[in-house]
Amino acid sequence: MTKVKSFADLRMMKEGLENKLNLREKSNHPESLVQIRVAMATCGIASGAKTIMEYFIDELEKRNIEAIVTQTGCMGYCYAEPTIEVTLPNQDAVVFGFVTEKKANEIIEKYIKNNELVDGIIPVNYQSIEN
Amino acid sequence: MKELSLHILDILQNSITAQANLIEIEVFENKMKNVYSIGIKDNGKGMSEEILSHVTDPYCTSRTTRKVGLGIPLFKQNAERSEGSFTINSVLGKGTVLKAIFQHNNIDRPMLGDIAGVIVLTAAANENIRFIFTHTTETGEYIFDTDEIKEALGGMSINQPQVIRYLKEMIRENLTEINYSK
Repeated sequence: MTKVKSFADLRMMKEGLENKLNLREKSNHPESLVQIRVAMATCGIASGAKTIMEYFIDELEKRNIEAIVTQTGCMGYCYAEPTIEVTLPNQDAVVFGFVTEKKANEIIEKYIKNNELVDGIIPVNYQSIEN
Repeated sequence: MKELSLHILDILQNSITAQANLIEIEVFENKMKNVYSIGIKDNGKGMSEEILSHVTDPYCTSRTTRKVGLGIPLFKQNAERSEGSFTINSVLGKGTVLKAIFQHNNIDRPMLGDIAGVIVLTAAANENIRFIFTHTTETGEYIFDTDEIKEALGGMSINQPQVIRYLKEMIRENLTEINYSK
């Protein structure tokens, strides 16, 4: 692997990336991309949310899926961490619990690519009990 | 938490929730002095003295979705277990400063872990916040400032797989250069 260290390299990489990005930005709005939010609170981090976030960033790129992967706070499903929220273009967000790398792979292959539901969805109407 | 960087990731979320737009992370290590310390400072909305006095209590949280808040208590526990100390100060409207000190050679001090990943992932997910990460060892000092990155990228988003990968490598190489302790 080539040594990368300076901002000069970063600027060079930027030029290469720009063409690709312009295409994306002109043809799309953020809503038309797959959006994934990984719950990154104490409970999530302790159960490996960071690894899952990195998995999604790397795998979606490898599989050529345009997506935005970002972080969110605790969604209240601490028992089911790591949890992620996936929003496909023009669809309601779906929350998945107990996301291991194996599960993440299944979510990408079945839900994100083919819009097939997979096990592990936490119903949105689930409400935590108020005091 | 198995790694110190995961504690940092956790505390950064607190700063983000507190609407900070400048977060400074400082790791200082010195084998001679037997110190490994982590400082996190933000300019978020801060806490009142009352909340501050309860913040290390596991049954205190600002969340409404659950009743426990373990991030700070777990960090404190790890510091104290490594014969270190933990302090947190906050001024309402000004921000919060937190410092965890560990004994460098203590067997209970967790590893630093993937600090590069933590900083870059958090910076990429929160592009409106300026992160300044400083790591100091006896060999030298490394400073990573997201403002410099933004300038180099000239308005392009950090949140792209190639940029994330590049920045992670850049931080790792620079940390290796100053002989950091993993």
